[in-house]
Amino acid sequence: MSQAEIVAAVLWLALTAYAVLAGADFGGGVWDLLATGPRATEQRRAVAEAMGPVWEANHVWLIFLIVGMFTAFPSAFATLALALYVPFTIGLVGIVLRGAAFAFRAHGREAVGGASMWGVAFGAASVIAPLAMATGIAAVTSGHPDRWDTPFAFLLGLFAVAICAYLAATYLTVETEGTPLEADFRRRALLAGVVSGVLALACLALSPIGAPYLWRALAGRGLPLLVLALLNGPIALGAVWFSRPRVARVAVVAQVVFVLWAWALGQWPYLIPPDVTIQAAAAPAGTLTAWLGVTAVGAALLLPSLWLLFRVFKARNPAAIL
Amino acid sequence: MGTSLGFHIVFAVLGVGLPLLLVVAEGLWLRTKDEAWLALARRWSRAFGILFAVGAVSGTTLSFELGLLWPRFMAFSGAIFGLPFTAEGFAFFLEAIFLGLYLYGWNRLTPVAHWLTGIPVAVSGALSSVFVVMANAWMNSPSGFRLDAAGRLVDVDPIAAAFNASTPTEDPHMLVSAYVVTGFVVASVYAAGLLRGRLDALHRRGLLLGMGMGAVAIVLAGITGDSSARFIYQAQPAKFAALEAVYTTTRCAPVSLLGIPSDAEHRVRYTVQIPCLLSLLAAFDPNAEVKGLDSFPAGDRPNPVLVHLSFDTMVGLGTAIGLVAALFWLLVIWRRRIPLRRLLLWALVLSGPAAVAAMEAGWFVTEFGRQPWIVYGILRTSDAATTAPALGLTFAIFFLIYIGLALTTARLLLWQAARNRAAA
Repeated sequence: MSQAEIVAAVLWLALTAYAVLAGADFGGGVWDLLATGPRATEQRRAVAEAMGPVWEANHVWLIFLIVGMFTAFPSAFATLALALYVPFTIGLVGIVLRGAAFAFRAHGREAVGGASMWGVAFGAASVIAPLAMATGIAAVTSGHPDRWDTPFAFLLGLFAVAICAYLAATYLTVETEGTPLEADFRRRALLAGVVSGVLALACLALSPIGAPYLWRALAGRGLPLLVLALLNGPIALGAVWFSRPRVARVAVVAQVVFVLWAWALGQWPYLIPPDVTIQAAAAPAGTLTAWLGVTAVGAALLLPSLWLLFRVFKARNPAAIL
Repeated sequence: MGTSLGFHIVFAVLGVGLPLLLVVAEGLWLRTKDEAWLALARRWSRAFGILFAVGAVSGTTLSFELGLLWPRFMAFSGAIFGLPFTAEGFAFFLEAIFLGLYLYGWNRLTPVAHWLTGIPVAVSGALSSVFVVMANAWMNSPSGFRLDAAGRLVDVDPIAAAFNASTPTEDPHMLVSAYVVTGFVVASVYAAGLLRGRLDALHRRGLLLGMGMGAVAIVLAGITGDSSARFIYQAQPAKFAALEAVYTTTRCAPVSLLGIPSDAEHRVRYTVQIPCLLSLLAAFDPNAEVKGLDSFPAGDRPNPVLVHLSFDTMVGLGTAIGLVAALFWLLVIWRRRIPLRRLLLWALVLSGPAAVAAMEAGWFVTEFGRQPWIVYGILRTSDAATTAPALGLTFAIFFLIYIGLALTTARLLLWQAARNRAAA
């Protein structure tokens, strides 16, 4: 692997971390918005307690991704920023409102109130942010980065929201093990699992027309991982059905990893198909070397700190990672 | 972008300064077992929970906007000055992680362990500021690359770019300014409480701690600001001419206090001038030459009205709050207790907003002083902006969001204060 490809792989790892960690935080917002039944307030509280200590750290993966992208692949970043101005700006509004609304409620609940403007903003923004960002990603995979306004892109956006909700519901099932909320979140995980499965299959079926480059990528080098995802999907859903929340959590995370890396491997060595390769978009060698150096030092500090954070707050349910 | 930056920076500087105050207050509690210190730390940590979140999301906006609004600037500069942003990303990671531990760990960690989690928050907060200002310093003193005959980037050295010529003066000035703002804002809050007759230990200690940080930092801000100005005199003469409102190149140049520079008349109106002082300050020589705006082509000049008035605002307010701090500490040492004269307390209340205004004016100086360049001498701002449509709409949306966030933050902080009083 060339240096540029190593940098791209590291950034892809960061995207994966963002998807399985912060994705679940967006999903938490979805369940806050859809909290129903006699335990609606408790559901909201479970979401808030699970997210509270970790959501800001989870969010930083996105910042790392953005600055890594503009440092190591500046021309590709500029191309994407121009082409995806609208969906990224909408996603950004969602991210700003979601984070602020969460903090406003967490640190001043009585002042703001559960059903207030900020409460609704938290849930709505949690839907809008992944929807808009995934629409942009769909446009990139289609080979026309500025065509984010297609049915395929919208469908992929919906899939992203559904998988976020799926992640959140499975994590929350583990977090609430042994309480009446466990059953609530198990039902929600089932629902989100079925919906995201249907949307995933619909995206796949539509991709030969909607995103031919993605289709070729998945049918080519991405095929082994795509097959794994197709086999793993029912396993994850089965684990939720048979109330094996910990197995379900691992399987759902694996599902997200399979999908993201099937896409990555499939379109390798292209960053923006059909003509921008990782190598062509890369910054000069001096920048890449320095970036990898800073990242190695940063990771040596970051990983033990992250371990400590999850150890302290998720110790009751080891490896619970919402 | 400017709006986002002006908004974000208020939260960012509190993100740098408040954790240090938290660590000091909680550390004093651990040493003395005096509950007032603990109460202060707990109150500040609740307020910080909101301030940090708003700072984090507005910072995210900035990282996106760099690309969304300045795609060509980023395509050119990303490879050169992206490195400090990546380092800042890690500093921000550590700050967010340990802040999570700090905010939610009061009941899960032992008191000493909890105090220890505050230290990385304070350190990485300061490092965030240092790294991010490195990137801005590079825009003032671009280095670490060469342009070949075809205008392509060659010999890119991001380490040299990070440690560019502006970094040694600009970085320390921003860092100490963050402590100035935090110190005076905190002091301002407790001075307001004392004015309303809340004379308890908590208010006295809050005021002392805020003024302690503010007083040390304002002295350092003066020293670092002075070296910054001298650096600009040598490296960015057009900016220097604009901030001191010098039109004609002269020896024995005067300092113009206040006044409105008039491009039509080539002089500063309504001003008080102190002869030769500017040459003396800039080069330690009363006869040193100071370049005037007239020696630069009209298209290469910053707007002297904006830059000069911002500069005078920064220096004037900085000096004023420095004098308030000096008076306060003289009275404390003289009388061996906290002075409660209403006039002084009022001055302390005003010094918080004054510190914020001075810092914002400082950013005006450095950003508008660099115009028309986005990368000084290399890339013009007008050549770097996006061509995306509906920019006005985006601007309006973010403007409204920021107003909403600012109002809600203020409302919640007031609510927290009211609840603190009810509980006390």
